[in-house]
Amino acid sequence: MRAGIVVFPGTNRERDMAIALHRVTGIRPMMLWHRDTKLPKLDLVVLPGGFSHGDYLRCGAMAAHSPVMSAVRAHAATGGAVLGVCNGFQILTEAQLLPGALLRNAGLRFLSQDWHLRVERADTIFTSAWRQGDIFRVPLAHGDGNYIADADTLDRIEDEGQVAFRYCDAEGRVSPETSPNGSARSIAGVFDRSRRILGLMPHPEDLVDPLMGGTDGLPLFKSLLESLVS
Amino acid sequence: MTARTVDAALAREFGLSNEEYERVLAIMGRTPSLTELGIFSVMWSEHCSYKSSRVWLKTLPTTAPWVIHGPGENAGVVDIGRGLAAIFKMESHNHPSFIEPYQGAATGVGGILRDVFTMGARPVANLNALRFGSPENPVTRRIVDGVVRGIGGYGNCVGVPTVGGEINFHPSFDGNPLVNAMTVGIARTDRIFLSAAAGIGNPVVYVGSRTGRDGIHGATMASAEFGADAEAKRPTVQVGDPFVEKLLIEACLELMATDAIVAIQDMGAAGLTSSSVEMAGKGGVGIELDLDHVPQRERGMTAYEMMLSESQERMLIVIRPDREDVARAIFDKWELDFAVIGHITETGHIVVKHRGVVEADIPLDPLAEQAPLYRRPLGDRVVPEPLGRVHDPIGTEAALLRLIGSPDIASRAWVWNQYDSTVGGRTVRRPGAADAAVVVVSEDDAGFDSTLALALTTDCTPRYVQACARTGGAQAVAEAYRNLCAVGATPLAVTDNLNFGNPERPEIMRQFADAIEGMGVACRALDFPVVSGNVSLYNETKNPDGTTTAILPTPAIGGLGVLEDANRAVGLSLAPGLSLVLIGETAGALGQSLWLREVLGQEEGAPPPLDLAAERRHGAFVRDQIAAGRIAASHDLADGGLLVAIAEMAMAGRTGVALDTPPSGLPPYGWWFGEDQARYLLGTAEPDALLAAAASAGVPARIIGHADGSDGLTLPEGVTISLARLRAAHDRFFPALMDA
Repeated sequence: MRAGIVVFPGTNRERDMAIALHRVTGIRPMMLWHRDTKLPKLDLVVLPGGFSHGDYLRCGAMAAHSPVMSAVRAHAATGGAVLGVCNGFQILTEAQLLPGALLRNAGLRFLSQDWHLRVERADTIFTSAWRQGDIFRVPLAHGDGNYIADADTLDRIEDEGQVAFRYCDAEGRVSPETSPNGSARSIAGVFDRSRRILGLMPHPEDLVDPLMGGTDGLPLFKSLLESLVS
Repeated sequence: MTARTVDAALAREFGLSNEEYERVLAIMGRTPSLTELGIFSVMWSEHCSYKSSRVWLKTLPTTAPWVIHGPGENAGVVDIGRGLAAIFKMESHNHPSFIEPYQGAATGVGGILRDVFTMGARPVANLNALRFGSPENPVTRRIVDGVVRGIGGYGNCVGVPTVGGEINFHPSFDGNPLVNAMTVGIARTDRIFLSAAAGIGNPVVYVGSRTGRDGIHGATMASAEFGADAEAKRPTVQVGDPFVEKLLIEACLELMATDAIVAIQDMGAAGLTSSSVEMAGKGGVGIELDLDHVPQRERGMTAYEMMLSESQERMLIVIRPDREDVARAIFDKWELDFAVIGHITETGHIVVKHRGVVEADIPLDPLAEQAPLYRRPLGDRVVPEPLGRVHDPIGTEAALLRLIGSPDIASRAWVWNQYDSTVGGRTVRRPGAADAAVVVVSEDDAGFDSTLALALTTDCTPRYVQACARTGGAQAVAEAYRNLCAVGATPLAVTDNLNFGNPERPEIMRQFADAIEGMGVACRALDFPVVSGNVSLYNETKNPDGTTTAILPTPAIGGLGVLEDANRAVGLSLAPGLSLVLIGETAGALGQSLWLREVLGQEEGAPPPLDLAAERRHGAFVRDQIAAGRIAASHDLADGGLLVAIAEMAMAGRTGVALDTPPSGLPPYGWWFGEDQARYLLGTAEPDALLAAAASAGVPARIIGHADGSDGLTLPEGVTISLARLRAAHDRFFPALMDA
């Protein structure tokens, strides 16, 4: 699997992502620059977490208009996989590659703690190493993770199986109380229609090593490795 | 600023005494210009010159075979093996954090980050030491909120994890909170950058944010006590931009991978003045600046304003002339301003030009060498009265529930959950999971796969220092040592952040001198030298009746240790089946204890005595037992004593504990809540082997209970305190204070 990680000014979790990808693939991912207009041949493009352009204007809004995003669109249009985590998820929604938007957390405070997610479907390139309904632990680190979309859009993405993960409690129960940031229907991550693009707020890349307190995040990367062998 | 006549009155406004102004006149041989007076006043401020503290700081031990750079550089540097160095320092931002808590704390973090990456290190961890006023004071909540948001807002954005810290509440901090921020970075020992300028004719380059009128005279403000006019000082508080800092980190580290840099220093307190004066002064050269080339954010700035501005996120670099293009390209890539604003000269003077006029021309040697140095009068040494007889009005169960929920012990999760503690992928032990934070040196830092890790902690018990500054100063060092040993790390060195009141008051100066003496004794006894630090004086509030209130003296210690194998790091979480072994002697020391304060409402007596030989012996024993793989959980005993530590370990591991009968001869409250030092509580599956090892090492050890997997702490008399009740009491304080 050939993977590249896009670095925008203010990106700060590119190393975490590189550690996770390297751990699973044994290959160091390429670092891509926001001004790049062409991408090398890649199986996976990752938009990592951080505060691209300082999160000034709106989170991800300026990054979504970076030169590299045309290349990312082209990559996606030809079936290439795209993963956006945290700020990367925000960028993908701002670029309208994913539905919905992310607002300030309902509690208006930054959230940095472990939470549980439920896997909503396991038949995708991102989730095949899980089983549907699996529950895993994952670190949160965001101030703007409150997922919203209008009711029609929410219904549509539910119907079309575009919800990837939901926030839940340790037993897998999903309710408004199990959403840490106010996200509609406790949605933590969504696919595009092709399910080759995934965006999620939490950080599975920070839980891939027993040394970091667990390996709950590994299946995401194992899934990609299995699906995108080239 | 309109042209004011420079005279002794203006000098006083700038914080210079009449005598100091006379010395300025003697050095200059004429009346200085406004810009020159500004430069003298900030360089001779307490903040930059350490004029009241220097004679005492010099007594601290600062060397060891593993110390690469001690005090005097931007941060301390220690060898951590395998060609790598840890670079670290702690610095205060107290006064700004009272005036404008968010920006005060945020720029405190930004400033200390720059001190570390300016030496070539990638910052890998932030910690802090915070002191707030009484929770009952209505102002406290606003300050806590702003400071926590500020620390998180800055650290989270720059992508440096905030991994540890400490928080105390006390009414003495009502009008003067303490915000001490610590940064730790990792560099290669052969790629460490210093600030001494060299190379006559070499260009002096300004990079980073543009200069505005913010923070003018911040260093001077930090050197005076607060009156009712504190609010009016808001314009002297700097405004931070963590996004620019992030770009600056990446650009500087990229530049540092080339051979372009001769010397580099961040523009911190006193901005362009202190960076240029110190770089040229250390290099024994002169420097000429042309302020026309300084990137400016506002129009019509004067030389005085530019030299005194404390705009954030700026660095000054002396570069090799043939590498200017390489350097410029890197800063262009990161979209940061890059301007050649001067050059190195052989004059030994700092010359500042603006619009063709020489606005300042000061000889550097006398500016440094004739800086004021005071051996201020010391008051009488305070000898605390020993605590008299006490009684226990509420019993063990009620006391534990009260202590575990008290402001100084209650769960800090509300705070930590606002700090990104995992970014970077290096964090092995997050806040609250162990006595010290643990971060692993990643392959990125080392260039090879590694399990080498740093252990980090911040510690001080201000109420001990108030009661007896010598013991309290030593205890702060000993507790940092203990917290590092408790995770299995070998303690290497400390940074200190000395927060005290007005040094012109003899009783305060006595506190300061005694605390340093105590710290020095402990650092020597524990082979734990001071490699960097910061002094913050004048932490006092003027009362309406003309008196002043000083803070509890707070020599905060930031400790750093190494673990050869991060996988061996031990946290405080108990597991069912483990035996609890207490290391160290318990005499039931209750003077200045939290039990005394929270249960009896008294802040009295002498702090617990310290036995530094025992600290060293017990610390080494704990490290050895952890290295031998015999220890599954570990916690040092500190605030609140034994039963609080047991409760914390039980809650972390979600297991109950059955406790054995205490030894005879002690009242139960002395056994459970005494704050005797040099003690650890270890969870082990091999208690017999541990006790045998302790016996042969001459270390007191005793089994005091067993983790039984139940849902409560069962006291020897049969009473069970459920974990749910403990947890509820422990978790209540911060949400009740902040979210109510």
